[in-house]
Amino acid sequence: MNDLTPDRDERVANLKGMGCSRKRVEDVRFTQGKGNYVDDVKLPGMLHSDFVRSPYAHARIKSINIDAAMALDGVVAVLTAKDLEPLGLHWMPTLAGDKQMVLADGKVLFQGQEVAFVVAKDRYIAADAVELVEVEYEELPVIVDPFKSLESDVVLREDLDPTADGAHGPRKHHNHIFTWEVGDEKATNEVLDEAEVVAEDMFYYHRTHPCPLETCGSVASMDKVNGKLTLWGTFQAPHVVRTVASLLSGIEEHNIRVISPDIGGGFGNKVGVYPGYVCSIVASIVTGKPVKWIEDRMENLMSTAFARDYWMKGKISATKEGKITSVHCHVTADHGAFDACADPTKFPAGFMNICTGSYDIPVAYLGVDGVYTNKAPGGVSYRCSFRVTEAVYFIERMIEVLAIELNMDPAELRRINFIKKEQFPYKAALGWEYDSGDYHTAWDKALKAVDYDGLRAEQAQRVEDFKAGKTRKLMGIGLSFFTEIVGAGPVKNCDILGMGMFDSCEIRIHPTGSAIARLGTISQGQGHATTFAQILASEIGISADSITIEEGDTDTAPYGLGTYGSRSTPVAGAATAMAGRKIRAKAQMIAAYLLEVHDDDVEFDVDRFVVKGAPERFKTMKEIAYAAYNQAIPGVEPGLEAVSYYDPPNMTYPFGAYVCVMDIDVDTGVPDIRRFYALDDCGTRINPMVIEGQVHGGLTEALAVALGQEIAYDDMGNVKTGTLMDFFLPTAWETPNYETDYTVTPSPHHPIGAKGVGESPHVGGVPCFSNAVNDAFKAFGLRHTQMPHDHWRIWKTANGLGLHD
Amino acid sequence: MTDKMHVKLNVNGEDHEFLAEPRELLIYALREKLNLTGPHVGCETTHCGACTVTLDGKSVKSCTVFVAQANGAEITTIEGIGNPDNLHVLQEAFREHHGLQCGFCTPGMITRATKLLEENPNPTEEDVRFGMAGNICRCTGYQNIVKSVLAAASELNGAKEAAQ
Ligand code: FES
Ligand code: FES
Repeated sequence: MNDLTPDRDERVANLKGMGCSRKRVEDVRFTQGKGNYVDDVKLPGMLHSDFVRSPYAHARIKSINIDAAMALDGVVAVLTAKDLEPLGLHWMPTLAGDKQMVLADGKVLFQGQEVAFVVAKDRYIAADAVELVEVEYEELPVIVDPFKSLESDVVLREDLDPTADGAHGPRKHHNHIFTWEVGDEKATNEVLDEAEVVAEDMFYYHRTHPCPLETCGSVASMDKVNGKLTLWGTFQAPHVVRTVASLLSGIEEHNIRVISPDIGGGFGNKVGVYPGYVCSIVASIVTGKPVKWIEDRMENLMSTAFARDYWMKGKISATKEGKITSVHCHVTADHGAFDACADPTKFPAGFMNICTGSYDIPVAYLGVDGVYTNKAPGGVSYRCSFRVTEAVYFIERMIEVLAIELNMDPAELRRINFIKKEQFPYKAALGWEYDSGDYHTAWDKALKAVDYDGLRAEQAQRVEDFKAGKTRKLMGIGLSFFTEIVGAGPVKNCDILGMGMFDSCEIRIHPTGSAIARLGTISQGQGHATTFAQILASEIGISADSITIEEGDTDTAPYGLGTYGSRSTPVAGAATAMAGRKIRAKAQMIAAYLLEVHDDDVEFDVDRFVVKGAPERFKTMKEIAYAAYNQAIPGVEPGLEAVSYYDPPNMTYPFGAYVCVMDIDVDTGVPDIRRFYALDDCGTRINPMVIEGQVHGGLTEALAVALGQEIAYDDMGNVKTGTLMDFFLPTAWETPNYETDYTVTPSPHHPIGAKGVGESPHVGGVPCFSNAVNDAFKAFGLRHTQMPHDHWRIWKTANGLGLHD
Repeated sequence: MTDKMHVKLNVNGEDHEFLAEPRELLIYALREKLNLTGPHVGCETTHCGACTVTLDGKSVKSCTVFVAQANGAEITTIEGIGNPDNLHVLQEAFREHHGLQCGFCTPGMITRATKLLEENPNPTEEDVRFGMAGNICRCTGYQNIVKSVLAAASELNGAKEAAQ
């Protein structure tokens, strides 16, 4: 033993630890079509299901007749609210402290709402039976505008006592949900009143949808013999689903096993608990057979998990020189028919109070009013951490409007207002403590990379050429600088339904020196099986290739709050490192014993412990693992295992600087993205390849949202964008190539300094694309035009500015 | 209900015979009857391409073909493109260049790309972007998919040259 060891560099390379672009272990299965997604789950005797959904946005249900449907050959059951009521399951609690109908109880409140659940031998029969269920509706007045809702006599939620407080305090009107206030309004108003310069505007962040390529679904299997319920599904938080399922059904938690198999993208869509999950469970209990529910694309877009829909009215003040002195923001938040937002309990508008952005703003105020309308419930964080996209869009548009007011370059305006490096940890006016940042360095690097001054000169020339009739294309330069807040979160202020938002990792080292680690999170494409093994490899000195990562099975994985809000790396990643360190601590004792020295006389080196000052005397982790199981070591228990439940002391604050250059054809309204530069600082970088992939993906979703993707309703509450024909998903053809770059400012409180990255590009990307469109028309007097900037709206903007005359 | 139809298919080199309702979709037959769960369903409206298979030499979205229409056809799904001991160059390239994340679009993407490279063995980036525009990916932003396909093209061409 101990002969001919590879040199240190080679040992580091073999480890495939943090910082290397390790190829993904998941891909071997996925590229061969051997993924196992929920619709691939097949069980003997399994039944299929489908929903009868409301064609109306607001109507009373006079009657439901299921006779014809039940008479159809192959139909096993048709469930309505009446069937669920005795079980107390016709309503369910939402993540936001409201409640939501599982199946329509007396009335429907949005188009596509679940009315009855048909269970049949196959999907075709279930779909036929849906057509045979006769529902008699009486139409009620429809409200799709939150401002009108607050003035309307029409009571949307008749189930709520209009005089009683809601989950987040007093309600002002029967269609009002909550008011949430942060900051000092009086002081903010005083500064605004006295200010040298004030800019104000109303920004509408339209309703959209995460639309992962795989829709939502579940398979429930109630084994009546042993009393165990197994539930497979598209769950971003499987452990939470188990707890909620237990509380709802009364089945003890140890008798419920929730499995998230491979998930075909989540982006926030798969955080919530949907009626389909509940109905599949009930149907399995009722029929004694496994029941599968898979939603189709239209159902997905119409009924599960919208995002955004924020009307943000802002005021910002500054000195004549451009130093920002205050910001005031009021949001009217359209939550649809039920408040099912997926936010930590104490934050009914998520982390919208990061809306002071990356700037040193002494005083600020945020007020949010949540409102019921006849739209689908949801309000999820679509590829962002709890309303951070809204906050960043708000401040990054506000800055641009202020720059117009000041007649100042928006890049310079940002620069003179950035929080300075030496101000971190920085306490923001709306309460957050930013952990670390170096904004000036990132900004300068970005502007230099794109030759910002050169771009502005080119743009000025283009405006001249346009005015001279030499071109019909305008050029827009979009800027954005964002600060994200991710990694929820400290249990002291972040919980969902009372469940603290820690996360976990459990590690077992096998006697021959390979390992398995299980986490409370679940990958939906982020590549956890690859990257968490890298963290662990660096911590415990076992090659990532010899470490299996498992998530998503509540029977085997330790409890955790799941994957959303970019919390996996900040929280579960930290748990992984901490559990790894426990392993290492025990390994050190074993190594010292084997080497016959004192514990303190050995030190960790890549994949082994060496005797200090005598590197030729060492024990590799493989040797230590074997000894841990097979050698009696005085005072040391056999085995090599560890578990860590990590409650982060603070959030992490990734940031970035983005620049987009766009040419817009004034006559067609078509934007052409000529260049997109994205600099991200996510702290310590675990796998650069995976980070880059996350950035590409997040930017493309940002492009979609900014340039056309929308869940639109007509006045009757009909969803106008319910298929992929109308709901914009960019193809390879519309999507540009992105240039990625980075700086590294580690998080001071995270064990490995990592901050999380999956959502940054979306958060920073949307304002960047939108700013580019707005910027293109700035020379012609445009201050602000609302998203989404589809071709038609861009054409209308050009037209409104007289550019077609 | 209409009478069932007798359908014969050759899928990934194997013959299959079964009865199907005239309205049954090809994707449904592949996934439910033949247990080929590689092709996925993302929309059922011909927009996303997750269900792409090769049918008699053409890329086809199997959610928009009745299985009865495919009677007598030769079909290749992702399961027939490579196997664990002998992966297709595209399968290797997608892994090498991080051309996938959640993997849900990947079977359709790779299946489409095999045809694209047969139709056009020397594509430009633009050709790849245009030729793959029927396949939506929500995760990757396409940049690495395009890279993967281009890399596979040059590798296939290199192998061809070497063989000559
Ligand atoms: S499922 Fe066939 S194209 Fe989307
Ligand atoms: S990898 Fe997720 S949809 Fe393409």
